[in-house]
Amino acid sequence: MSTPVETAEVIILGGGGAGCSTALHLAQRGVRAVLLERGLVGGQASGVNYGGVRQQGRNPAELPIARRSREIWGRLPEIIGTDAEFSETGHLKLARNEAEEADLIAYLDTARQHGLPLRMVGRNAIHRDYPWLGPSVLAGSFAPEDGSANPRLLVPAIAKAARAAGAVIHEQTRVTGYYHGAGRFELTAEDGRRFAAPVLVNTGGYWGGAVAAAFGEAVPIQPLNPNMAVTEPIRYFIEPNLGVVGGNVYLRQIPRGNVILGGGHGESEADPANGRPWSRPLAEVTLETLRHAVRLVPALAGVQLIRSWSGIDGQMPDRIPVIGPSRTTPGLFHAFGFSGHGFQLGPAIGAILAELVTEGRSTTPIDAFRIDRFPVAAATAS
Amino acid sequence: MKVAVIGAGPAGTRAVETLLAHGISPVWLEESADGGGRIYQRPPAPLARDHRTLYGFEAKRAAALHSAFDAARSRADWRPQTLVWHIRPSTRQLHTVSQGQQAVVDYHAAILCTGAMDRVIPIPGWTHPGVTSLGAAQIALKSQGCAIGQRPVFLGSGPLLWLVAYQYAKAGAPPAAVLDTTPFATKLAATPGLLRGGATFAKGLFYITWLRAHGIPIAEGVSPIAIDGAEDGVTALRWRDAAGREHRTECDALGLGWGLRPEAQLADLAGIPFRFDAVQHNWIPERDLAGRTPVAHHYLAGDGAGIGGAEMAELAGRRAALAVLQNARTPIDTAAAAALDRKLAAGQKFRVALERAFPFPAKLAASLPDDTILCRCEGLRAADIRATAMVDYHAGVAPELNRAKAFSRAGMGRCQGRLCGAATAEVLAAALGQPVEAIGRLRGQPPVKPIPIAAA
Ligand SMILES: Cc1cc2nc3c(=O)[nH]c(=O)nc-3n(C[C@H](O)[C@H](O)[C@H](O)COP(=O)(O)OP(=O)(O)OC[C@H]3O[C@@H](n4cnc5c(N)ncnc54)[C@H](O)[C@@H]3O)c2cc1C
Ligand SMILES: Cc1cc2nc3c(=O)[nH]c(=O)nc-3n(C[C@H](O)[C@H](O)[C@H](O)COP(=O)(O)OP(=O)(O)OC[C@H]3O[C@@H](n4cnc5c(N)ncnc54)[C@H](O)[C@@H]3O)c2cc1C
Repeated sequence: MSTPVETAEVIILGGGGAGCSTALHLAQRGVRAVLLERGLVGGQASGVNYGGVRQQGRNPAELPIARRSREIWGRLPEIIGTDAEFSETGHLKLARNEAEEADLIAYLDTARQHGLPLRMVGRNAIHRDYPWLGPSVLAGSFAPEDGSANPRLLVPAIAKAARAAGAVIHEQTRVTGYYHGAGRFELTAEDGRRFAAPVLVNTGGYWGGAVAAAFGEAVPIQPLNPNMAVTEPIRYFIEPNLGVVGGNVYLRQIPRGNVILGGGHGESEADPANGRPWSRPLAEVTLETLRHAVRLVPALAGVQLIRSWSGIDGQMPDRIPVIGPSRTTPGLFHAFGFSGHGFQLGPAIGAILAELVTEGRSTTPIDAFRIDRFPVAAATAS
Repeated sequence: MKVAVIGAGPAGTRAVETLLAHGISPVWLEESADGGGRIYQRPPAPLARDHRTLYGFEAKRAAALHSAFDAARSRADWRPQTLVWHIRPSTRQLHTVSQGQQAVVDYHAAILCTGAMDRVIPIPGWTHPGVTSLGAAQIALKSQGCAIGQRPVFLGSGPLLWLVAYQYAKAGAPPAAVLDTTPFATKLAATPGLLRGGATFAKGLFYITWLRAHGIPIAEGVSPIAIDGAEDGVTALRWRDAAGREHRTECDALGLGWGLRPEAQLADLAGIPFRFDAVQHNWIPERDLAGRTPVAHHYLAGDGAGIGGAEMAELAGRRAALAVLQNARTPIDTAAAAALDRKLAAGQKFRVALERAFPFPAKLAASLPDDTILCRCEGLRAADIRATAMVDYHAGVAPELNRAKAFSRAGMGRCQGRLCGAATAEVLAAALGQPVEAIGRLRGQPPVKPIPIAAA
């Protein structure tokens, strides 16, 4: 007596940006895909992040994916029926001393090699063009094609489009059992439901590490909890998305007036023995971020902070994700561990995985992200 | 042992008094400048009046509480004008801000006595100047000695409705009408249970009878239609009587309120689980009679742990302090603790009857017209919330409250849903065809209330 098994051509584990865009791209190619998500789609990192759609400053290995993703960001309305409040405000990365300025200048070369538009805003121009910046700012580099979006809308909207294109998405479905044999994956949900397919895509975010481990390829992944906060609405004056070299503060303002700030890390219990994973901001980190923010934009002093929060992403030691085929299990593909900057990449990840699954190759270079770049850890199959 | 008590209302005051009696001087944090809490709030010195004028029947209790407070304040580490904006249970730390100054308070045990706030249902036109909550109308009278208007209308349900109307009439601002959304029959049905409340029940009857005797127009079982207003404020309330006839009552101010909801954000941030209390129609943090919670070293007392009223709050404050002491193996009078337990249990029974007499009009909230502003901070209308429950919504259906918040921004403004949360939940639940307890509750996030960004 066993529960009937729901079969598909591909099972996608995890409904964040990576998983839902994979579901959409596979469905568009006519592949029968079933996506399994523990909570609601976009309920984890992809739904609670800062909303930065940024290419500037990325590890050069990520830039081809970021470029591909940026192209998709521009077409979201035609693909998913909403722009998810994506706005091309530009991203201004600031230097507060000469060493940081040298950093910005050095990145111009990298940007040029990848066709990423980027220009320096020098010491005179910076305070003329952005008169609201504080005196601690020395110079900046401006990426006109970057911007920001509303993370609470993107993934649910992608999931809606994926469903419309034929993908099956099961929310409230936590996978706890993993099996592979005779060319077939069989996954069991917490409540006993079973799912089978010849191909499995692991887009489990931080928890993608546990999925990889279940197939004998544990990787050194850690939970990452960026600390976030938002102010009451104030007069709109900060147009670009702002960052700094070193990253101890980043902030952006939405036209409604709220200023969203990030910096430092909160805390989390990503693998609780009972109940759901949780994350929370730390008061002292929030206050530290606010101090950095006021130094950057003095007009923020006196503004009221109304909310703070955190989330859980998976961080790899080299701060770039794992993307590509498994080295232990044929038919298994990974895309997880986006190390705090996978929101911008999400739309392209689906395109890449759909290529990998259906054609066995990716038109975007992904070699830097192979899972076997890490020494084989003590693999713990569960 | 370092104990932190948050709140200096009836619950907090009695908790601190009890701790002091056992040789423990707690750190005592209160957002307001003075003790007394909501009910026994004192006017600033220049506006001082005698207890009888300010607190009526409650004068004796108020005087007793104020003297307990005055005695305790000098012996505790009293920190007024101090908002506790975050709590970290794992390291047992409170984060506070006082006049812009941030501080961290360590504790071994914390008693959260954070009280309650008004529960309001937005009705069309409620954003006109001159519309306020029943509680705010009362506080204006108590602490500033000024009325919200000369001809106010009071609308809502619950004991506060009648009390505030009475207090206004006595203060020389007789209400143009007192309109109760609960039908008379509902209250009648709850009478047997209410009789348990003894004096409290008698007071309630007294106010109603007094108002009638003084010719104040009263109607029960009413449905509000809309508040009319001009640039400078509210001009009238339109409403329907129990028989369905329309009325228009002219007024220069309006006080609204449908009972109270716990100010339980700190309990939420402390990780204390919540349950939906069907009788109170509120989410309340889990605790036992003595105020112990599932999160060790964290205790709850008073209205912040579920609405019980001021008398119960005093008992609960005492009891929670004894629980803290018991946990630390400090000898206490166990007979006294048992007596408190009995009174608290009896009080809960009366509360059930009271809530039955004045049930939250969930239908009224759920059936708000589409164009009524629901979330004032974000300028959202009822239709904006309903839209998130529709299959054609651009980001898909929001199957629960936090998702609707994420999509629409409802509850993401300055008040963080403290004001609009209850009605938003009803509107969404009705649109989804679900009971309100099935769609979850708004997650609490720090700060508990807005805090200013300090200058560099
Ligand atoms: C606070 C914060 C701020 C950030 N800011 C930015 C930014 O500004 N710009 C940027 O580009 N990136 C940012 N990031 C990073 C970005 O959000 C993530 O890299 C990206 O969203 C990861 O997407 P994902 O699909 O891999 O993971 P997730 O969104 O975490 O999705 C993984 C999903 O898998 C599900 N899952 C896991 N295990 C199971 C299981 N066993 N069964 C079923 N389902 C399972 C989870 O429930 C989850 O929904 C930020 C991250 C955080 C946390
Ligand atoms: C507006 C209003 C009017 C009321 N009027 C009456 C009435 O006339 N008659 C009647 O019988 N009952 C009335 N009640 C109910 C009565 O106030 C409560 O039953 C009683 O006060 C509960 O006592 P308490 O100690 O639990 O809470 P409260 O008296 O509410 O005290 C809680 C205290 O905690 C403080 N506090 C809360 N959160 C924080 C924080 N994060 N940091 C620092 N301090 C904090 C508050 O400032 C407050 O002083 C009223 C309630 C309200 C909300």
